[in-house]
Amino acid sequence: MDLIANHISHRFGDLAVLDDVSFTVSAGEVVAIVGPSGCGKSTLLSILGGLLQPTSGAPELRGSPPADSLNPLTFVFQDFALLPWANVEENVEFPLLHTQLSAAQRRAQVDDALRRTGLTDFRTTYPKQLSGGMRQRVGISRALAVRPAILLMDEPLSALDSQTRELLMEDFVRLLADGGMGAVYVTHNLEEAARLADRIVVLSRRPGRIREVVSVPMTRTERGEIAAREKLLALQNQIWSLIRNEAIDAEREVQHA
Amino acid sequence: MLDRAPAEVPAKNEPARRVRFRGAGFVPASSRFGGWIALAFVIAIWQAAGSAGLVNPLFLPAPAAIARAIYQLAVSGALWQHLSASLLRIGVGWLLGTTAGVVVGFGIGLSRLARSVGITFISALFPIPKIALLPLLILWLGIGEEPKIATIALGVFFSTAISVYSGVDAVPRNLIRMAQSFNVPFATIVRKVIWPGALPAILAGFRITASVALLLVVSAEMIGAQYGIGAFVLQAGNLMQTDQLLAGVVILSVFGLAVGRVINWLETRLLHWR
Repeated sequence: MDLIANHISHRFGDLAVLDDVSFTVSAGEVVAIVGPSGCGKSTLLSILGGLLQPTSGAPELRGSPPADSLNPLTFVFQDFALLPWANVEENVEFPLLHTQLSAAQRRAQVDDALRRTGLTDFRTTYPKQLSGGMRQRVGISRALAVRPAILLMDEPLSALDSQTRELLMEDFVRLLADGGMGAVYVTHNLEEAARLADRIVVLSRRPGRIREVVSVPMTRTERGEIAAREKLLALQNQIWSLIRNEAIDAEREVQHA
Repeated sequence: MLDRAPAEVPAKNEPARRVRFRGAGFVPASSRFGGWIALAFVIAIWQAAGSAGLVNPLFLPAPAAIARAIYQLAVSGALWQHLSASLLRIGVGWLLGTTAGVVVGFGIGLSRLARSVGITFISALFPIPKIALLPLLILWLGIGEEPKIATIALGVFFSTAISVYSGVDAVPRNLIRMAQSFNVPFATIVRKVIWPGALPAILAGFRITASVALLLVVSAEMIGAQYGIGAFVLQAGNLMQTDQLLAGVVILSVFGLAVGRVINWLETRLLHWR
């Protein structure tokens, strides 16, 4: 199943946020969206996931999701969005409660999702008892439980410390390794984008337009090797040179607002 | 540029000074028995003053006299007669007001139409002292239990509706968006996200409405009732039986404390995740 951003523009009142953004995320592909602060990355993700109605244009799907997918477009949120009154198991089961699955099937999917994220021993723990990294693992586990075709990740690591980010990045690489699941990954962090994405969509400052789409010329497995570090760094520098001046302008705009 | 004096280099043999601790205070923690000890102390002083004849028992009867009055009330059966009448009024009035308040509060919290209409009416009617409506309610509902129960229900309704819709408004929007992103149906979002999210505010509202109900039952019973703690207190006051009067006040206080305990228990059970 492909996800298509078809000439999407959006305004919040008089404020133009996105301007004619078009690209396609093919089945199993990981596309990162980067750009200066306030360029509309998160807004674009909300529109792609059907949580926000664009002013013009539309998000579209082409093809069918996998037969077992209960929620083809599934979000992983920056702030985890866990129900504080539910334990880990209940949080992961939450999106399955309204489906046709039997209790046994739900249980099996929850068990599988918890196992894939290393949370099996924490199933009765409440979110407030978990570290930030573990909370995000619960968010990822909940997303996996519905067998998504495409993960929509809104800066999923930005609220975490650098060590936890590194560990979760390894998890993402592993989860996306077999190409069975695509992703749109919104981030400020160019290193994360270069490490995870097959293509990187670079947005201009507000209103966000596509400045460039950069392909990452390595497999994700290759990117984990030491020899690839130099190439990845060069790629990050290339993208940074595209957005640096606009990021400075955007920062000044925030300071003067 | 900031001008600073060059840093002094301490002599190697200069003795080190300990950094003074400045982080004390501003963390009030109540001791478990402190309040009870203070209460017992005040009662003991009060009793001692009464026994020594320092206080006229007509103006302030000693605690032992109040305890005797409560005992006599209990033995004579009058305590239960008055208490049951008050409890019935409070129970029915509170349940009616709470049910209506929860329904209307959720309506205002979830529906644009209900919000625009409901908030206007609640803002206009909430400040009215509900006891002022008792004569009108007697006119509408007749002399009997109905106007007293209706007064309590009205008082409880407005506070409940406000605490419910405030609680619904306070549910983090990211949780609702999360549920929507998984195509969770509206009714399930209300049941599994909004209800538990609003519950802390709703229980806090119950604490307030229990006090409102107690206040209104006493006022209503003072205006027109034969039985009830309010009627009993008024009657004792008219007869200058101040020990009986204070016995009624103590019973009201114990009732208020008991309701507070029940709500504490509910909070512990239902909000254990906090």
